[in-house]
Amino acid sequence: MAIELKRVTKVVAGDTHIHATSLKLEEGRFNILLGTTLSGKTTLLRLMAGLERPTRGEIWFKGRNVTGLPVQQRKVAMVYQQFINYPNFTVYDNIASPLKVVRMPPKEIESRVHKVAELLQIEPLLKRMPGELSGGQQQRTALARALVKESDLVLLDEPLANLDYKLREELREELPKLFHDTGATVVYATTEPAEALLLGGYTATLHEGRVTQYGPTSSVYRAPGDLLSARVFSDPPINTASVSKRGERFHYNESVSWKAKGRYAGLADGAYTIGFRPHHITLAPGSSESISVVGNVVVTEISGSESVIHMRVGKDTWVSLSHGIHSLKRGQGVELFVQTDRCFYFDKNERLV
Amino acid sequence: MIGKTTNQRAWFLVLPVVVLVAFNALIPLMTVVNYSVQETFGNNVFFFEGVKWFEQILHSERFHASLLRQLSFTGIILLIEIPLGVAIALAMPKRGPWVSVCLVLMALPLLIPWNVVGAMWNIFALPDIGLLGRMINGMGFDYNFTQQPLAAWFTTILMDVWHWTSLVVLLAYAGLSSIPDAYYQAARIDGASSWSVFRYIQLPKMKRVLTIAVLLRFMDSFMIYTEPFVLTGGGPGNATTFLSIDLVKIALGQFDLGPAAAMSLIYFLIILVLSWIFYTLMMRNEEQ
Repeated sequence: MAIELKRVTKVVAGDTHIHATSLKLEEGRFNILLGTTLSGKTTLLRLMAGLERPTRGEIWFKGRNVTGLPVQQRKVAMVYQQFINYPNFTVYDNIASPLKVVRMPPKEIESRVHKVAELLQIEPLLKRMPGELSGGQQQRTALARALVKESDLVLLDEPLANLDYKLREELREELPKLFHDTGATVVYATTEPAEALLLGGYTATLHEGRVTQYGPTSSVYRAPGDLLSARVFSDPPINTASVSKRGERFHYNESVSWKAKGRYAGLADGAYTIGFRPHHITLAPGSSESISVVGNVVVTEISGSESVIHMRVGKDTWVSLSHGIHSLKRGQGVELFVQTDRCFYFDKNERLV
Repeated sequence: MIGKTTNQRAWFLVLPVVVLVAFNALIPLMTVVNYSVQETFGNNVFFFEGVKWFEQILHSERFHASLLRQLSFTGIILLIEIPLGVAIALAMPKRGPWVSVCLVLMALPLLIPWNVVGAMWNIFALPDIGLLGRMINGMGFDYNFTQQPLAAWFTTILMDVWHWTSLVVLLAYAGLSSIPDAYYQAARIDGASSWSVFRYIQLPKMKRVLTIAVLLRFMDSFMIYTEPFVLTGGGPGNATTFLSIDLVKIALGQFDLGPAAAMSLIYFLIILVLSWIFYTLMMRNEEQ
């Protein structure tokens, strides 16, 4: 067990930023904190780092209670959304700074800095100042500073958010590999579901200061434990609808119904909420289990080869992600197909059934 | 053809500025240049004298003495106000309701007219009725700024520090508040001491605003007139006769227009050259 939060609560000026959260992160894993802005990602990271003290609860690190231990005495490293480097140090001195603070012999500092710089492909830049580097190079320097310490815990707070698209893709691919070799436990905060999926590892979904689910990233995505986790882990947002089960069929708006199959067949009659992702409601039937719904177009956004269609069906507003470019007029009637076999069914308490 | 017409018309747009600058800078400056090379005995009769006045001023012991006083004064107040301003800015709260209270309190001295500052300190420091004067004498020091050169200097410097440190504080505070919190966190994670945080994060990040603060304080203090004029009138003797006070004495007291004009030009050039040197020195590292 690398780090464990035991019912950690953080209250700031009467506002509860983190509700009693328990989380166990295994050693050497790549963990992702996924949540919207203000969901408490940064606060959780700061608590893990020891930059802040939890109001209640305990934090254990490698079998030791470190709740009150100041950050300097923990072996942690952190990388931020902003590119944080010492402005008047060269790249070399920047990377070496955490080692100099602990008075490491110069020879070892040199070999470590070069090793890390090579790993991050910034060796030719070692003599430059941070101000002369591109954003990507500055962030690589900051990452090198975090890596060089060989910390047991590395915290990354949206490290790629301020980079442009190309650099972000590049680093996104490199990061899990980089940290895999060090054996460090990594916690990576992001707002983007797509980024979490690309990074893999384990994901904790966060909503308003609560961890709603934690598990391997792909299984959290495929089987969200509750509606909140499904909402957090979907971009564009997941569509929802209230349905009722009567006998063997689910009914929506009294006009649409489909047969309950497999494990859903045995569900008790009553009200349920279904959730389905935007790419499971499309202009063309996606599978044999698709049912047709008719709605009115609210707005269409075209991104490259895909169209995002916002539509109103009864009281509900749904988003569809369909292949191809479809220019649909506002208010136009449109028939869309929902793949009922890809729907998540949630009970009255919004738990997955 | 069309391009040419457009170009000519563009002159009309800069004309107001040209006229304004001409009236408030160029024409007065040229008048001064005109005076500086001529002698007059009144009645608007002038004789050309060449560089006579410049030579006279540059060799005059009186000018050397006021220049030395001026340089010492500016040096001393810069040495006090810049570090003190930075220290106060560092001590100010970073957020919360006290920020605006502190900022307003800091800005107050800057809002007071200069002659009022002089008058205030004159009364404040009077040894018989002034609060400060009475207090210092009460502590057993013999203090009378109207008679002792050292006391006059002390009072003038104290007054300038009181009046202008705020400017440095405000600039330094602006520089400090532009540093993202993440820098401080990163430094804490590294285990950096508070001195390192100041030396390697705060100071480099404040560099630009501090350059501006030094330049402003240098130029302003080098031209200081009103406050010491009201406080000490340049005395006792000539103890606090700084360049501008001396200049006014020559121009309006003795009505030596030629030497005064020559001195003005020399004075102007000194400020220009020193400002340029300051700026180049402080910005040199930036470019490296």
